[in-house]
Amino acid sequence: MLNYILRRILWSIPVLIIVISCTFLMIRMLPGSPFVSERNMDDVAEQRLLAKYNLDGEWYEQLGKYWVNLLQGDLGTSTQHRNSTVLEILQQTLPKSATIGLLALLLALSIGIAAGSWSAVNHNTAIDRGTMLAALLGICLPSFVIAPIFILCVAITLPLFPVGGWGTLSHLVLPALCLALPYGAYCSRLMRTSMLESLNQDFIRTARAKGQTEAVVIYKHALKVALLPLVSFSGPLTAHVLTGSIIIEEIFKIPGLGPFFVNSVKNQDVFMAGGCVIVYSVLLISMNLIVDIFYTVLDRRVQLS
Amino acid sequence: MDKSTTVSTSSALRSNRTVRWTFGLLVFLFVVCFIGPVVSPYSSDMLSDNQFAPPSLQHWMGTDINGRDVLTMTMEGGRVSLLVGLVGASISLVVGTLYGMSSGYLGGKTDAIMMRIVDILFSLPRIVIVMVLIAIFDFKVKEFLDTLEWEWLVRYSRIILLFACLGLVQWLTMARIVRGQVLSLKQRQFVMASQTMGQSDWQIMIKHLLPNLIGIVIVYLTLTIPTVILEESFLSFLGLGVQAPQASWGTLLNDARQMINPIKIYWWLLLAPSLFMGVTLLSLNFLGDALRDILDPSSKR
Repeated sequence: MLNYILRRILWSIPVLIIVISCTFLMIRMLPGSPFVSERNMDDVAEQRLLAKYNLDGEWYEQLGKYWVNLLQGDLGTSTQHRNSTVLEILQQTLPKSATIGLLALLLALSIGIAAGSWSAVNHNTAIDRGTMLAALLGICLPSFVIAPIFILCVAITLPLFPVGGWGTLSHLVLPALCLALPYGAYCSRLMRTSMLESLNQDFIRTARAKGQTEAVVIYKHALKVALLPLVSFSGPLTAHVLTGSIIIEEIFKIPGLGPFFVNSVKNQDVFMAGGCVIVYSVLLISMNLIVDIFYTVLDRRVQLS
Repeated sequence: MDKSTTVSTSSALRSNRTVRWTFGLLVFLFVVCFIGPVVSPYSSDMLSDNQFAPPSLQHWMGTDINGRDVLTMTMEGGRVSLLVGLVGASISLVVGTLYGMSSGYLGGKTDAIMMRIVDILFSLPRIVIVMVLIAIFDFKVKEFLDTLEWEWLVRYSRIILLFACLGLVQWLTMARIVRGQVLSLKQRQFVMASQTMGQSDWQIMIKHLLPNLIGIVIVYLTLTIPTVILEESFLSFLGLGVQAPQASWGTLLNDARQMINPIKIYWWLLLAPSLFMGVTLLSLNFLGDALRDILDPSSKR
């Protein structure tokens, strides 16, 4: 077990190195320069700026200097927002994205587990079909369709929640809900499939034969095994949701990380983009590992090797 | 696949209600999007003073800020969205199938290396890849079309680029699925028989493996099209996809979203594009699920 965890961590190091280097090089490969949009920028000034940010010289020199700084814990300074380092921007934006993400994650998982098992227990009834139709609808309608509809209905026509912004608890409700719905829909489909499978297994028949009530059979025995696929999906889901959704943050005007990421790639702000990619990949890799370990705790039949 | 299973599969496809309905609906949507703008009395570059008219008999889905007919624009945007979905998914299908098939069939070290590459591409943020590809090739494609003297195509160069870019980031899942399938097919006797008969790897892959992969490949093609349509609208929504004056469902939805304000509600701007997009994606997903149940019995739930 410990051996396995160590090997996983070791394997994730080259992946991280390649992902970060690739992002850096791809953005540096783009035509143009990070400073070109500025007015009256002459070549000398541009060269000086590039030199200041260690972005002059051959590509391997640039990459080398970036890695030297990274290994010292320095993520660099944003070329777009000159007054703040990447670390400062991350410190300001990530908690906001993560708050909404965490809420959305909890919402998505509870929607998924509840709707999925409900429709599996009522297999092939109107409840089942209705829930699954709703789930498919949730998957098909992207967040930039759902969010404006929500804003129209419960923020403008019925002013229950604020249209957007950041501050109070009620500002969190709509963004978290809109972020959660597609994932919740996907989770419920996953949950229904695995619940149906686990309800058909021998140990369920044994439990019923022992005379246990239907509630105990479903919620104690079947649910525990059925949760497994959801556990492995929640790894990438967590990484995805915590780093902020570009669309949701854009629509609800939330000062989160999402827009910074897209804009950094647009503006060739290579250090900012690198910072975002590092946060995302580290989160993704560690969440996948945690999920795999958690998996063995939930299901003793699984052996990690 | 021998003849009898082919016949029974095709009759199963035709008799399945979901397949018939969703397929019919998709064909209908396609026809509407491609014929509709021709029949419509309006066009997307026809401005009028009739701004923000709610749905009426003249404008079934209302008009937008420039007095253009929303329904006509949605149908024209549908051409782009549907084409990007179809072509992008087909590119991902070709690349993914070839890659997955080679990786699975060749096995050993080659397989390990090829799959590690897929793993790494999976962990790169897709949006970065697409944005970089678009930024690098945007100018080059235009130049290339200029040298070919295909001027009429130059205004569509962005869309052509989107086809390629979205196809090139979507093939990873397909490659994994095909590889898994090939790994099990490889153990079957007909492959061994062709190997003993001295057929080359390439011949075996094209003649014997490919026909056996068609079922699963069609299923995932149907499921990739909605993903590509979503991805395109996502990019267009961020202003990175289709550029004005061309429109897709994504840009229309973005325009509609920006018109939302508490003073005056223009809900009809949102209605037509979300309706078209929702119906398309829903039918494609239904169709994909139904096809999977028929063509890929191993995954039956």
